[in-house]
Amino acid sequence: MAEREADSLLFQPCLGWKGVFVLALGNTEKYSVQQMIMDKKSKKSNRLNVEKIIPGLLLLTAIISVLTTLGIVFTLIFETFTFFDRVSLKEFFTAQKWYPFSETSASYGIMPLISGTLKVTGIAALVAVPIGLATAIYLSEYASEKTRRIIKPILEVLAGIPTIVYGFFALTFVTPILRSFIPSLEIFNALSPGIVVGIMITPMIASLSEDAMSSVPNSIKEGAFALGATKLETAIKVILPAAISGIMASIVLALSRAIGETMIVSVAGGSTPNLSTDVTSSIQTMTAYIVQVSTGDAGYGTTIYYSIYAVGMMLFLFTLAMNLFAQFISRKFREEY
Amino acid sequence: MKLINKESVGRRMPVRILINTIFKGLFFLATLFGLFVLAILLYRIFTQGIGYLNIDFLQNFASRRPEEAGVKAALIGSIWLMATVAPISLLLGVGTAIYMEEYAVKNRFTNFIQVNISNLAGVPSIVFGLLGLTIFVRALALGSSVLAAGLTMSLLVLPVIIVASQEAVRAVPKELREASYGMGATKWQTIIKVVLPAAIPGILTGGILALSRAIGETAPLIVVGIPVFIAFLPRTVFDTFSVLPMQIYNWTSRPQEEFQSVAAAGIIVLLVLLIFMNSIAVLIRNKFQKRY
Repeated sequence: MAEREADSLLFQPCLGWKGVFVLALGNTEKYSVQQMIMDKKSKKSNRLNVEKIIPGLLLLTAIISVLTTLGIVFTLIFETFTFFDRVSLKEFFTAQKWYPFSETSASYGIMPLISGTLKVTGIAALVAVPIGLATAIYLSEYASEKTRRIIKPILEVLAGIPTIVYGFFALTFVTPILRSFIPSLEIFNALSPGIVVGIMITPMIASLSEDAMSSVPNSIKEGAFALGATKLETAIKVILPAAISGIMASIVLALSRAIGETMIVSVAGGSTPNLSTDVTSSIQTMTAYIVQVSTGDAGYGTTIYYSIYAVGMMLFLFTLAMNLFAQFISRKFREEY
Repeated sequence: MKLINKESVGRRMPVRILINTIFKGLFFLATLFGLFVLAILLYRIFTQGIGYLNIDFLQNFASRRPEEAGVKAALIGSIWLMATVAPISLLLGVGTAIYMEEYAVKNRFTNFIQVNISNLAGVPSIVFGLLGLTIFVRALALGSSVLAAGLTMSLLVLPVIIVASQEAVRAVPKELREASYGMGATKWQTIIKVVLPAAIPGILTGGILALSRAIGETAPLIVVGIPVFIAFLPRTVFDTFSVLPMQIYNWTSRPQEEFQSVAAAGIIVLLVLLIFMNSIAVLIRNKFQKRY
């Protein structure tokens, strides 16, 4: 049997495919070689087809993310246009009052909402920038490897807590405590959500800045130590300037998160848009306004309904500008070593 | 010429070292601040909510009376949402990542997609809600259904999954791919049988983190119009539903003191769910992480 097979293999080149077919038939009746060849061929062409189709399909999934951006931009633009058919651009940007819920004298001036957002973001920055930077310096310059391995995951947990939980914390814990210090503080105010938003974005500043500082080459650091600088002097005069692009970018990104933050400010900030600089009274941010309208019963097609898109557009432009700015600084001011 | 005045250096040295020590303490305190806040937050929520947390709380629907209120509809709703978001966002995210890492040629279009993904990650979640409201709820007439909310959330977490998957795919060493090509495998066979299995821990870890963001997110769902007071469970993805963060938001914004405690109990359920998911992520990371 084995001999015969060896024979047939020897004969193959001169017999040609037909001959092999006959021989194969003689050997086993189950397989037809021609069939096998055809199978192989069609499998191969299937495979080639798959190879051609797959990249196209994957490209389609990649395009979904582009379509999402386009979807956001066009939705906002179209609905905002409808809004500006009814409310003039001039009123939107210059009116001093945001009071859409009046039947007779509705006023759509975005400034009070922007003022609320900026107040919260400003307080958040005052909390988060010093604490975040100090944490980053401690983790990258002072902490032992062991301490870092314990603290970094805890900061990640802090960053992963849902914002509604922070909102609850602001309203039921931070506000009462602040009120025992500042009796004139209203239940809804800018201070408490501002502080809590600051706590929320602290891990982001800390971890991104730490990455930037850790990527400063050791040789530079050691150069400073060799000149007799203390750790603090090295950190402030050598590491910070070298990592400044990454640090600035992390701060801008974190503040953009603060601007877009919704639940903390809607739970603890109130719903009274105003232009004052007072942080103890009730405010409303752009995001909180969108939530207020969405939970209320403003019907589809009313001016109020379209106003959330105009506010959303402002919010989108604000955050987009800040994100692009962050990318710009990290590219433009990066120090290459 | 003396460049260094040893005396003055010697005099200033103790002060400089003292300042260094003081600042080290300050930086350490700042680092502790985060941990301190986390501890207070968890302590507050557990002491406040534990009284309402019992088996009835998990089995009851929402109620106007705090002692009868429960999270059944919201908990099941959150699981429905997860089950919708996971396949959609993983399919789109991993597909995009494979395209960007394995197929895309370096040109302006690829660069544009990459910049677009990182910008999309910075768009506030509530703006995704506006997108969902316009496209899924109104234009596709899905209403405030599981599907509409799931699609909105999938788009929201998509950048997170893409970036995590890209990193995972990029970390697969070149030698593995070349060995596969050397055995005669085609590109797609290499990707599906060599690259993806090697990258799966990273992809799953990123995926679970993205999912835990999706179930904690409230703002887009408010805009999409998900109701909070619901006394039935969804049967298909076209039914309306409620989720845990919406329920917590509703309880938090009620004036009665008791509902604050109910909200805290709801938060405990949400946090336990999140901890559970994150421990799975850590487990996967530790168990399957191979070093090449």
